[in-house]
Amino acid sequence: MVTIEFLGPIQKAPLTLEVSSLRDVAEILKQDAQMAQWLENCAVAVNDTLVTSLDTQLKDGDKVSLLPPVCGG
Amino acid sequence: MLELYEGALNVPEIITRWYAEEAEYNYGAYIPFIGTVREEDGIEGLSFDVYEPILSSWFDAWQSKAEALGAKLKMAHSRGDVLVHESSYIAAVFSPKRRVALETIEKFVEDFKASAPIWKYDLRNGERLYAADRSTAISGAGILGGQQ
Repeated sequence: MVTIEFLGPIQKAPLTLEVSSLRDVAEILKQDAQMAQWLENCAVAVNDTLVTSLDTQLKDGDKVSLLPPVCGG
Repeated sequence: MLELYEGALNVPEIITRWYAEEAEYNYGAYIPFIGTVREEDGIEGLSFDVYEPILSSWFDAWQSKAEALGAKLKMAHSRGDVLVHESSYIAAVFSPKRRVALETIEKFVEDFKASAPIWKYDLRNGERLYAADRSTAISGAGILGGQQ
C-alpha cells in the first residue's frame, strides 16, 4: 500500500491506496471533487523527494506528499 | 544550521548567538535578514505550517552551495502563531567578504519564498485563513492535474 498525505492547508486525512505509479494516484484524486482546486498547483514528493513525472513508479510502503503553494517568511 | 521554533522568534538571542558561534571562523561579513509580521488589512498575526523533512533537504542543498563559495548559512523559522510586530523568520549568511554574502542572502531568501515547504495563514477574528493569494506554486507543481 502507498500512503498519500496532504500538507499545509489541504484539509484531508491521509489515504492508503493500492497503486503502482503517480499516474494511478492522479486518476484516483481526480475523482475527488474536494481535490480539484489542488491538483493543478500542488508539487508532489515521493518519500520526501520532489518528483516531476507522472510515470514515477511506486512500491509498497512509499509515501506520496502533496505540497500546495508555499509562502514562508 | 536550521532552527524551528514554536511561536515568535527571540531575535536578539538568535542573532547574538549566531554571531558568537562564528566569531572564531574569520568571516568578514555577517548579514542577517529578519522577517517581521506587519500590521496589514486588520490581521492579528500570521500562522505557519512547516514540513520539516523537505525543508531540511532544501536547506542542506543551499548549505552545500554556500560552502562551495566559502560561506555558511543559518536559518530560523516559526511554526504556529506569530503576532503583529513579532518575527517569524531569520536567514543569515557568513562569508569571508561582503560580495558573496550580499549575493547569497538575496538568492537564498528569494528561493526560500518560492520553494521552502512552509504555509502561511492570516489570523483574523480568531480564524486561521490560508494566504492563497500570496503563495507560490513550487517549481514542477501541477503534474497530478495533467499540467505536465
